[in-house]
Amino acid sequence: MSAVAQALAGIKVLEFGGYAAGPHIGKVLANFGARTIHMESKERPDGFRIQYPPFKDNRPGYNRSGCFAFFNDSKYSVTVDLKKAAGIALARRMAQWCDLIIENMRPGVMERLGLGFAALSQLNPRLVMLSTCNMGQTGPRADQPGFGSQLSALAGVCELTGVPGGPPMLLYGPYIDYIASLLGTSAALAGVIRSRRTGKGTLIDLSQYECGLVFMGAAMREFFASGRVPERCGNDDPVAVPHGAYECSDGAWVALSCWSDAGFAALARTLGDEKLASDARFAAAPARRANSEALAAIISAWTAERTAEAAAVALQAAGVAAYPVVTMAGLFSDPQLRARRQFRVRRHPEMGDHAYCYPGFDLAEAPGDIVGPAPCVGADNDFVFRDLIGLTQTEYDAYRKQGVFD
Amino acid sequence: MLLSDVTIIDATDRLGWLAGRVLADLGADVIKLEAPGIDRSRPEWRAFNVNKRILELDLQGSADRTRLEDLLRAADICLLTPAPSDCGPCLDPSALRRDYPRLVVVAIRPFGGIGPRKDWKATDIELMAAGGAMALAGEPDGMPMRVSEPQSYGWAGAHAAIGALVALSRRDATGRGDLVDVSAQASVISALSHAPAFVDLLGIEPTRAGAFMTGRSIKGARYRVFWPCRDGYINFIFYGGVAGRRTNEQLVAWMRECGAELGPLAAIDWKTWDPTKADQSEVDAIEAPVAKFFARLTKREFLTEGHRREMLGYPVATVADIASDPQLEAREFFQTVAGSAERFCGSFAVIDRTRPSLRHHPDALFAAAASPARPCSKAPAGGES
Repeated sequence: MSAVAQALAGIKVLEFGGYAAGPHIGKVLANFGARTIHMESKERPDGFRIQYPPFKDNRPGYNRSGCFAFFNDSKYSVTVDLKKAAGIALARRMAQWCDLIIENMRPGVMERLGLGFAALSQLNPRLVMLSTCNMGQTGPRADQPGFGSQLSALAGVCELTGVPGGPPMLLYGPYIDYIASLLGTSAALAGVIRSRRTGKGTLIDLSQYECGLVFMGAAMREFFASGRVPERCGNDDPVAVPHGAYECSDGAWVALSCWSDAGFAALARTLGDEKLASDARFAAAPARRANSEALAAIISAWTAERTAEAAAVALQAAGVAAYPVVTMAGLFSDPQLRARRQFRVRRHPEMGDHAYCYPGFDLAEAPGDIVGPAPCVGADNDFVFRDLIGLTQTEYDAYRKQGVFD
Repeated sequence: MLLSDVTIIDATDRLGWLAGRVLADLGADVIKLEAPGIDRSRPEWRAFNVNKRILELDLQGSADRTRLEDLLRAADICLLTPAPSDCGPCLDPSALRRDYPRLVVVAIRPFGGIGPRKDWKATDIELMAAGGAMALAGEPDGMPMRVSEPQSYGWAGAHAAIGALVALSRRDATGRGDLVDVSAQASVISALSHAPAFVDLLGIEPTRAGAFMTGRSIKGARYRVFWPCRDGYINFIFYGGVAGRRTNEQLVAWMRECGAELGPLAAIDWKTWDPTKADQSEVDAIEAPVAKFFARLTKREFLTEGHRREMLGYPVATVADIASDPQLEAREFFQTVAGSAERFCGSFAVIDRTRPSLRHHPDALFAAAASPARPCSKAPAGGES
């Protein structure tokens, strides 16, 4: 590890599983100093290492995946073959060492391996275990496999993305997984805090589907109250008008919104046409909504003459909420994100220098960090098993001879 | 309850409501401050402030300021959404840190508390733009799009709740509180999955996803993602690999059992079929009979049979579909508060095999909460009874 984070120093985390929903939790904890161990096997490494691009120089390899790296920085990697009895024995020993286990296997798999909460909490009564999966551990569809990208459809988000009359739209990647991983991080921390205060362990059953619905809470509440089923409405808003994205001279877009007639007057002044604020077509919000196409044309004519950046700066100076639609490349050059050191470059043994993303918050007195790059598969076997778990040389050699680390 | 001995003062606006709701769902006693007479009837207010105790305070008055100081002395965490113009001395993050050394102060702002744009204004659409999410939604050559239901406040609140607990954990170890600086813009980046890594590693800019899946075929074919059905849309994609193979085999078997026309699907060996090698004419040919088949189904039929067959894919659900989903019903996800028929999304996690109950109705005022929380006004009229 190349940096230090202290807020969660002393908290020990063990991850079973892979992809996004489990490992993202361990990454955030590791960014604040938790010692997080990502367990996989050489035969079955984390799927993100091999199944999805991007790969460094477009050459796939266990230790060349940007996708894996993005969610696994600051951790240690160990390889344990859980198909072998000795591998299970070693995993059980690790469960006695750690405070928190995060697993995102299909429901029932950990129990079948002898690594369920009931078994492990006998060994470690203070243990917190967080199990995260598509549907949760119980219910008629608990066993349903699925990808987080498609879960966005079931959780109502795709239905509410797109233009009226058009098809629903996809969101990028397994959108719901990240809602679940963030809410799950809070649940896991709450469990560890209580465990440290009381000595009591806990089992947390997290349904990624249900977590996705948390972000839909207002729409659900409205449906229960009135029976109203919301529909996708492009970039419109029921209150603010104008409220949308407008193309600029550099091909980029700027998003802006006006939440009152006074706010629109500020926009009108910025557009260089104060009379718009008293124009009967635009003076009041209902009129602006009725004449939204004409208004969009006026705003677009103004944005077409300046860059998105210049437009946003001018609008903010006038007190109008506005921001360029930041592209993925733009994230790395955005002045605000750069000031926060949102992306931090670390040197990876095989991928060289590349960027890792920091969480959306920081602590003033005990800041976190990207403590180190993502680990190569099994890179930390020696350190973890000997120095952290405390295997003797004889034990370590015995496990190795049995192929447990393969 | 995991956080049953944690007390939180929640002085947030819409940007931060979810943070307190998440912590309340984990068992914290969250006291939500509101100005007297504020409208609490809006669905979004109720959805994200249920399970908190509501305290109306007029911070212009000295009596209420003194009461707030008493509460802060006993609190563990204070959640804020400070704006430059309206903090006032009572809820200024730096002053709180100075005056209450054990307090964890969480300041949630659109762009955080540092940086050249820390005072810029933003609502959901600007935050989704600033965090990169709009660049990835919409048709590839069309306008960037936001989700019609605000999402950025959720991302900010989720990060803020973590920050609060990271600092609380440290306080347990050191006795010192901290100031947690939350940027909603930075929080939204969590919605992007690993898209930024394409730029960093390969210099490739990911494009908006639209309604089709592109980038999987080396011949440039695009795959349908959303299929019209009898009562809406189905989300289904022809995947390769082991998971895709099973799904594709099961779909064809299902179509065959229903007597549906199979066309070229009948001759495909899914063990060897590779979606990366299909050209557009091949994709169109295999999608045509599937489109006809799906058009006959309801969303619930697809969900039920797809589950039975262990297929990948889901209906594109509306809130009405979600409200009647048997999976959620079995897990008692939607909950009421005792004494009221008003329904809400319940606590987001099942703890020790039990979903924690919602304890406080959003109409239950803090002053009356010595006894079990009771609503002080009727639930809104509508579908609930």
